[in-house]
Amino acid sequence: MVIESHLPILQIVVPLAAAPLCVLLRQKTVVWVFALIVSWTTLAIAITILMRVLDQGTLSYALGSWPAPWGIEIRIDAVNAYILLLVSIIGAVVLLYAPSSVTEEIPADSHHLFYSAYLLCLTGLLGITATGDAFNLFVFLEISSLSSYALISLGKDRRALTAAYQYLVLGTIGATFILIGIGFMYMMTGTLNMADLAVQLESVKNTRTVITAFAFFSVGVSLKLALFPLHLWLPNAYAFAPSVVTAFLAATATKVSIYVLLRFIFTVFGTDFAFETMMLDAVLLPLALIGILVGSTVAVFQNNIKRMLAYSSVAQIGYMILGISFFSLTGLTGGIVHLFNHALMKGALFLVMGGVAMRIGSVNLNDMRGLGKRMPVTMAAFVIGGLSLIGVPLTVGFISKWYLVLAAIEQGMWPVAVLILLGSLIAVIYIWRVIEVAYFQEVQPGDEREIKELPLTMQIAIWLLIGGTIIFGIFTPLTLGVAKKAAALLLGVLP
Amino acid sequence: MQYLGLYNYWIAVILMMTGFYIVISSGNLIKKIIGLNIFQVSVFLFYISMGKITGGTAPIKTDAASIYSNPLPHVLILTAIVVGVATTALGLSLVVRIKEAYGTVEEDEIHSQDEAW
Repeated sequence: MVIESHLPILQIVVPLAAAPLCVLLRQKTVVWVFALIVSWTTLAIAITILMRVLDQGTLSYALGSWPAPWGIEIRIDAVNAYILLLVSIIGAVVLLYAPSSVTEEIPADSHHLFYSAYLLCLTGLLGITATGDAFNLFVFLEISSLSSYALISLGKDRRALTAAYQYLVLGTIGATFILIGIGFMYMMTGTLNMADLAVQLESVKNTRTVITAFAFFSVGVSLKLALFPLHLWLPNAYAFAPSVVTAFLAATATKVSIYVLLRFIFTVFGTDFAFETMMLDAVLLPLALIGILVGSTVAVFQNNIKRMLAYSSVAQIGYMILGISFFSLTGLTGGIVHLFNHALMKGALFLVMGGVAMRIGSVNLNDMRGLGKRMPVTMAAFVIGGLSLIGVPLTVGFISKWYLVLAAIEQGMWPVAVLILLGSLIAVIYIWRVIEVAYFQEVQPGDEREIKELPLTMQIAIWLLIGGTIIFGIFTPLTLGVAKKAAALLLGVLP
Repeated sequence: MQYLGLYNYWIAVILMMTGFYIVISSGNLIKKIIGLNIFQVSVFLFYISMGKITGGTAPIKTDAASIYSNPLPHVLILTAIVVGVATTALGLSLVVRIKEAYGTVEEDEIHSQDEAW
């Protein structure tokens, strides 16, 4: 089949081509149905690609038939096929949820622009993940960033504007750092293809230029992935963006940046250089631990629940980075599987908050009194998502924390294992605060409003993700199996 | 004096730090965008001067020349310039919206308004 051999590029081109069409369609229901079809198509493509990669190994696609080191290559192995799947699952499910929430939060005359920006952001994220070319990665990074700044600024609260502005400034600095890093690499090797870079860099590794390239690149990516202490843009951006946007970005954008970090540490620079020459683990480990503790602790004191979940994201990113910094098969597996699991649960939790905002008009803790009785189905989803965030057995959160703790013990780092558990305990506190208010406090006297449950499409979207957190918590071969394979591939110890 | 021979890189470094300093120190949102622009342009200059080869001519094949400059970084930077323009446009339009919502483009005044709110 001709079309099958073009799947890697279709993964990116389908949403890219659909984005301007959204602007032309204009009518809001038509645009939504169109965007929905597009996003589910990308999901189907991602599933097909993952199957083929697991079956046949790495896929390589030469754009415009220009062969690899000269032309742009799309290179998909187990690692990025997994991330592609994650991004397109979230992209598809969040769009299913979107219409009612978008109607509520975004002015009716700009719905088509919203869906257009959403698809562009999806394109950018899929492009970053799929590409095998360093400069192409920068371009897709900017496509996704620019559209996410626009998406965040659509929030109702005027603070969404300042949050988007702050993210724009920090995001551009991050992206420019990445550009400098790529420039230095090109200077030493004369190539931009990642696989070729990996070969060419081998002989010039200990030059100051390459060390500088590595420094600029990793700081730039750390800014984009909101590694503590470079997370300052994240809480406000997530708290004030429209609910749909928050759920989508929280579940995908930082994860894709973590993938970029993985790809450059392990494939391009190589583990010897990153961990032995540059001692990256000695930098990442403490930052990840501080991120976990500070992020979780600050989350406890938030009254805006979207903001609370945003700080919890800072902590969860810490867990993923921790997994990388262990530099072992178990640790890396834990980090990669947590990337997937966290996307499912945080996506679901933010979707629940979007529903709450739609029904009671606020996401402040004080307004959620008695919500457990008023919206039982929705809040049940919050409870399950929250349990998963804590890491209770039978949820996905448990699987990833188990692997991280195992990895810590494997390396004899007992204090780290204790700190991981401490992070979970703090998560119990902030999740419990919401549960306590929603289930054990009575509705404020005088509040006689009739609160309806959410519409069916929103329920389906929320429960698809929540269902995922339970199913993948019990049957692990898909998520954990692929994560193990990806980790083995990155470490170069193929089983 | 070999370090002075690389004056093109020194210019990039100075511009970069100037831009970065403006982004960090200025409280005016428009000045921040200008700083961001200078910061980005320094990286463009870095790429462009990287492609120059001493004694090389424009990369058009003629019999008169045997050394050519590398056109690839220049082409890359064309893309990055487009990205930079888009970022500036988006940043400035956000500033316009912020001005409409807050009535000011000074960071500390916006902060104090948010606190009071």
